Amino acid sequence: MPRLVSHPDEVKIISRRFGQGAAAIDKYIELGGYESAKKCLAQGPDWIIAEMKASNLRGRGGAGFPTGMKWSFVPKQSPKPKYVLVNGDESEPGTCKDHLIFLHDPHAVIEGTIIAGLAIGAKMGFIYLRGEYRYLLEIMEKAVADAYARGFLGRNIFGSETEFQIVTQTGAGAYEVGEESALMESLEGKRGIPRIKPPFPAVVGLYGGPTVINNAETIATVPHIITMGGEAYAAVGTPRNGGTRLFCLSGHVERPGVYELPMGYNLKKMIDEVGGGVRGGRKLKAVVPGGSSTPVLLPEEIENLGMDFDQVGKAGSMLGSGGVVVIDDQTCMVEFALRTISFYQHESCGWCIPCREGTDWLKKSLTRFHAGFGTAKDIDNIRYLAENMMGRTFCPLGDAAAMPTLGFVKKFRKEFEDHLNGKPCPFAKRVEVGLV
Amino acid sequence: MSSETMSVFSPQLAARFDALVEKYPVRRSALVPMLLYAQDEIGYLSDAAIAEIADRIGITQLDVRDVASYYSMLRFKPVGKFNVQVCTNICCMLRGAYDVFDRFQQELGIGHKGITKDGIFSLEEVECIGVCSWAPAIQVNYEFHDELNPEQVPDLVAQLRARAAKEGTSANA
Repeated sequence: MPRLVSHPDEVKIISRRFGQGAAAIDKYIELGGYESAKKCLAQGPDWIIAEMKASNLRGRGGAGFPTGMKWSFVPKQSPKPKYVLVNGDESEPGTCKDHLIFLHDPHAVIEGTIIAGLAIGAKMGFIYLRGEYRYLLEIMEKAVADAYARGFLGRNIFGSETEFQIVTQTGAGAYEVGEESALMESLEGKRGIPRIKPPFPAVVGLYGGPTVINNAETIATVPHIITMGGEAYAAVGTPRNGGTRLFCLSGHVERPGVYELPMGYNLKKMIDEVGGGVRGGRKLKAVVPGGSSTPVLLPEEIENLGMDFDQVGKAGSMLGSGGVVVIDDQTCMVEFALRTISFYQHESCGWCIPCREGTDWLKKSLTRFHAGFGTAKDIDNIRYLAENMMGRTFCPLGDAAAMPTLGFVKKFRKEFEDHLNGKPCPFAKRVEVGLV
Repeated sequence: MSSETMSVFSPQLAARFDALVEKYPVRRSALVPMLLYAQDEIGYLSDAAIAEIADRIGITQLDVRDVASYYSMLRFKPVGKFNVQVCTNICCMLRGAYDVFDRFQQELGIGHKGITKDGIFSLEEVECIGVCSWAPAIQVNYEFHDELNPEQVPDLVAQLRARAAKEGTSANA
């Protein structure tokens, strides 16, 4: 069972109810649950969207798109039904925050989904969890059934004339389905292959109807924003980056775990103080700041780095999904790069060529390198391949593989060169990667 | 197809499928969950299961296979009663996942995608399972075991073996 951690610097908004048994509906209500949904029902869509815009909440799935703005793109009048789709297909390596939300606060996801539905005028919402999260699906299913039994969901929610239904389901193992258009395909019972955009989901989405797709953490934050007010939430973070987020500390830190910290929190402090520093008193070699698809950062790059979308972007990486992977000085970066790319090669859906072929060649080149048979030309070839994948695929998976690759090759070129001519790597854990 | 007619699934699952196809605006939306639940009961997606699911939704078997082949959790061959999936993605790798995987190989005498002769265990190296802050982690069927070290592996294997002796080896749940 995932262990909960705590640190004095945490600002607990979204994790406020973690560890308190709030998966039980009575406990959730006792802790103020479902009051936000009632308030939103009384206030109406324009008020909700105004609060969301004021909150400066940005999508927690990785892209960081302003949530209020996303909701405002949905046409008010639509001949086709509108939908809310909650993306809990959490699959980016380094990310395990939605896991905790589903486990400890499933009703916050339901309440957020209802509010999103009220904001855009949808009568139906879907909560999609990754297939591996079966025990969490059972928790969600129980929570949804309880909400129906209380009349919080159904034809007349909270005794009103408004209808809202929720369907929960899981995927069956596919990183690609975390991409919003592939997610809709999967929910329609198809292979999870991305759609061409435009049209964007806000106009033509699930079953052809206007659809709002939000990450599970984004959705679970919504009721808290309504409770405290958009402006108060925004004030917790930095300009244009409202509130807090769940940071998943992993890798070589003394105290890994999921911590809720204000946006803009210093990354070095996060590792040294919140995470207790690098494990075993070793030195920091690199950090992956926002899940495995984000370019790696060097120790000197994180000294004054505030963890919000804009600052991390300026530093040449991305805040992504909040997965902070700490790497110590005894790690082989070629092996780390290979393991990262093996994942994207495995998960590429094969729909577009630059990603399908690109990830495969990247993996082949890195495997050869790691085994000590690389040539000097290979380093430039890897870079060339990655550069040519960037921006040339239907969905961001191609970029997700190319971006970290470019980071590894650029920042650790010396280490790649050290692997040339059959030199064994002192830090490598394994020569072959078994996963094909 | 209603739950009363001949089905390869248990009456409970057949009834669940009857409800599931009605739950969505489009019947086909039930496909991925149905495949997963069918596999949970039978252990893998047999030809008969695929045929029945195609029939229940009203699409071709080819359509069903096309979709099923996309998802990595779905399989067309049986695995052990306990399918041990060791995550070796970056966060788990940094905290010793390869040692955990090697220890399982040693304890079970099988490699990646192998099945023990008694059919109790199968072993697989898998991609990220979403427990990165509690690495290294594995999943046995749907059960998570996190913050593992290789020394815990023999005990875990013994516990699962005892469970198999009590429950029988046939069903994969």
